[in-house]
Amino acid sequence: MSEYLLEMKDVSKAFPGVQALSHAQLQLKPGHVHALMGENGAGKSTLMKCMFGIYKMDQGQILIDGQPVTIKDPIDALSKGIAMVHQELQPIPARTIGENIFLGRYPIKKLLGFIPTVDHDKMYKDTDALLKKVKLPFDSKQLVGSLSTSQMQLVEIAKAVSANCRVLILDEPTSSLTQNEVDSLFDIINDLRKDGVAIVYISHKMDEILKISDEVTIMRDGQYVGTWEASELTTTSIITKMVGRELTNLFPKRENVPGEVVFQVEDFTSINPKSFRHVSFNIRKGEILGVGGLVGAQRTELMEGIFGIRSHISGRVLLNGKELKINRPKDAIDHGVAMLTESRRTSGIMGVLSVADNISISSLKKYLDYGICINSSKVEALVQDNVRKMNIKTPSSKTLIQSLSGGNQQKVIIGRWLANDPDVLILDEPTRGIDVGAKYEIYCIIAELAKQGKSILMITSEMGELLGMSDRIMVMCDGRCTGFIDGDKATQQNVMELATKFE
Amino acid sequence: MAASLDKENNKSVISRILATAKSNPIVVLLVLVSIVVGFTTQNFFSWGNLGNLVSNTAIRFLIALGVSGCLITKGTDLSAGRQVGLAACIAGVLIQRGDYTGRLYKSFPEMNMWVVLLIVLAIGAFIGFVNGWIISRLKVPPFITTLGTQTIVYGFCLVFTDAQPIGGFQQVYTRLITGRIGNVSGFYLPYLLFVALIFGALFWFLYNKTTHGKYMYAIGGNEVAAEVSGVNTKNTLLRIYIIAGVMYALAGYLLAAKSGGASASMGQGYELEAIAGCTIGGVSTTGGIGRVTGVLVGVLVFELLKIVLQFLGVNPYYNYVVQGLVIVVAVALDIRKYIAKK
Repeated sequence: MSEYLLEMKDVSKAFPGVQALSHAQLQLKPGHVHALMGENGAGKSTLMKCMFGIYKMDQGQILIDGQPVTIKDPIDALSKGIAMVHQELQPIPARTIGENIFLGRYPIKKLLGFIPTVDHDKMYKDTDALLKKVKLPFDSKQLVGSLSTSQMQLVEIAKAVSANCRVLILDEPTSSLTQNEVDSLFDIINDLRKDGVAIVYISHKMDEILKISDEVTIMRDGQYVGTWEASELTTTSIITKMVGRELTNLFPKRENVPGEVVFQVEDFTSINPKSFRHVSFNIRKGEILGVGGLVGAQRTELMEGIFGIRSHISGRVLLNGKELKINRPKDAIDHGVAMLTESRRTSGIMGVLSVADNISISSLKKYLDYGICINSSKVEALVQDNVRKMNIKTPSSKTLIQSLSGGNQQKVIIGRWLANDPDVLILDEPTRGIDVGAKYEIYCIIAELAKQGKSILMITSEMGELLGMSDRIMVMCDGRCTGFIDGDKATQQNVMELATKFE
Repeated sequence: MAASLDKENNKSVISRILATAKSNPIVVLLVLVSIVVGFTTQNFFSWGNLGNLVSNTAIRFLIALGVSGCLITKGTDLSAGRQVGLAACIAGVLIQRGDYTGRLYKSFPEMNMWVVLLIVLAIGAFIGFVNGWIISRLKVPPFITTLGTQTIVYGFCLVFTDAQPIGGFQQVYTRLITGRIGNVSGFYLPYLLFVALIFGALFWFLYNKTTHGKYMYAIGGNEVAAEVSGVNTKNTLLRIYIIAGVMYALAGYLLAAKSGGASASMGQGYELEAIAGCTIGGVSTTGGIGRVTGVLVGVLVFELLKIVLQFLGVNPYYNYVVQGLVIVVAVALDIRKYIAKK
């Protein structure tokens, strides 16, 4: 019999353009809490999704009790005793807690001896027993939609517990929990530990990790760095192990000279108390301000708030000393603020429209004849100008944008914003999902824009990009701005320290 | 790259037609069926039949143009048919001859047909505004909104006409609308053809050359992206439904004259014919795709189908069955195209 309940050996997984995992490994002991740590994109979630059968491994082996197994899909994983609480919750708000917990495995009784119906009595009785066991003060018939996000998260955890699992994966379980809720979660974890369940705990919060876990495995760039006893580690030693690498990305030389302050944001606070609050910063003409932080630091939400996509309850935005009233993206655009949104697919491209339509959509008013008729040759000139300047590879301006590669789509959207000649350009993950060559081209475009005197706010989750491209770095953690670092003084260590400065 | 461009330009006309045919199988099928029926039945290829087809298509085309904007933005307009009916009834009542004994509202003065046209169009714009306002501001799905207004409009129409048929129009009205150019050995061109062509050209301009048109396609392509790009999505949607309302009103005004009478049941089911015509003509229900020429072809083919069924001597009640089938098949084929691309 193996000493490990579950082992993953030599796991590799590639996505188009990215090697997400290469020769990663993990060993879980029964009754132990195993923390899995690494930067954004280190491959933690990918490894867990391989274990849970959401992704298929390209290479590697999973052993349970020393016996090799294959896990086809999440249902298969559940039947083998593996349960997972996802980073993004997917409850059904309009149904009760009981129905959510037993979704897909409702207890059945035979009505009149032959008509199969859902046994509601048993379902709610079992749910109540479960809620009592994990010490949650809810009624099983309460609607999930009436719970707060953190309460939903606890219910999700209860659901995973109810599956009588032997391995429980918790992916950032405390990201929306209050301290009291974290304590009750730790009580649940300790009970499970006594029952011999192996727990994988993914989190960025150092103090939690050091408090709850027995072992820590650290990953970096999809590779296994090592496993240590939690008692051997400190916050500093974990950060060093997480980031300890040379930067492999190459960045263009920047010739921009930051000038006077042009754009100020003061005390910006979201309408949602869990999101950004009291954030103030400014940016100078021709400056690239990098915005760093972990996933969930509310960086995107902040920028979307400034741009008018999300609502804020307090705070001011000033451009050249003049306060802007921004209620919707159109207001921001009219004032010379542009934003490349994070998700190209959901809020960037209009897939069934042509490259020309996609580039010109936000600046069409500039190309009108007699105030009504769009001058096609002016639009075509705009397209050709962008195609040449940014080296967009497209067969023609009439080609549908959905048939271009991700990098070329991104350049088209950048072109859309440049057509408006904005003073401030917000870029949210400008190189996400783009291959290395196109990345470099986009870096060159960003450097050139800064040189022209545009102020650039760049959110990025790639440490190399953040350090390599920023004149100054603003770091956020959990909705707050935790500090600024000058570009030449920034290191992976001091950025990570600010990024993990939880309250 | 250059080579592929040349290749695209050098494509022969035949290969282009073949490519179009391949992506519009239902159009090809219906045209083939018409040709076969044409050669196997008598009088199918006649000037009279052609004129009939053109007049019918013209009015349906105006309605389909109206609904096409709703479809391109992933919406729909189920109130189209009832709006046509209301416009026909209002036009009919206001245009009744002063000496006609069956006048519905005897206190109304005899009105000039052009004044009536303006009144009818204004009412159409108002109903469109209500639809568009509910959809763009209250965010009620277009399907539900227009399902509601469909019934409301029908109700008002019944109240207004007291469910009575309306006749006795001023002759100048019926003569002008049903007028035609030329009568050389049976060949003629109805005025309605020119109305349709003028509005087709206007819509082509609107869809291809104005910011409104570009914004409409952008909303259909990706509403979030359009909003983020600074498109005033609310006002664009509002305009689309107002324009649609005006088109239905125009169609109703013409239809009353063409039929020489009006009743509350007029226009019933026209919304489905219009939606079917658009879909057959390549307006995608997944949004962002659709051309004016496609709408014209779609409506024409659909009208052709109706005449074919008539010539085949099919029980007219079966028309509904066939029309329903064509709609579902056209949408299914369109969706398949979209799935294949993914």
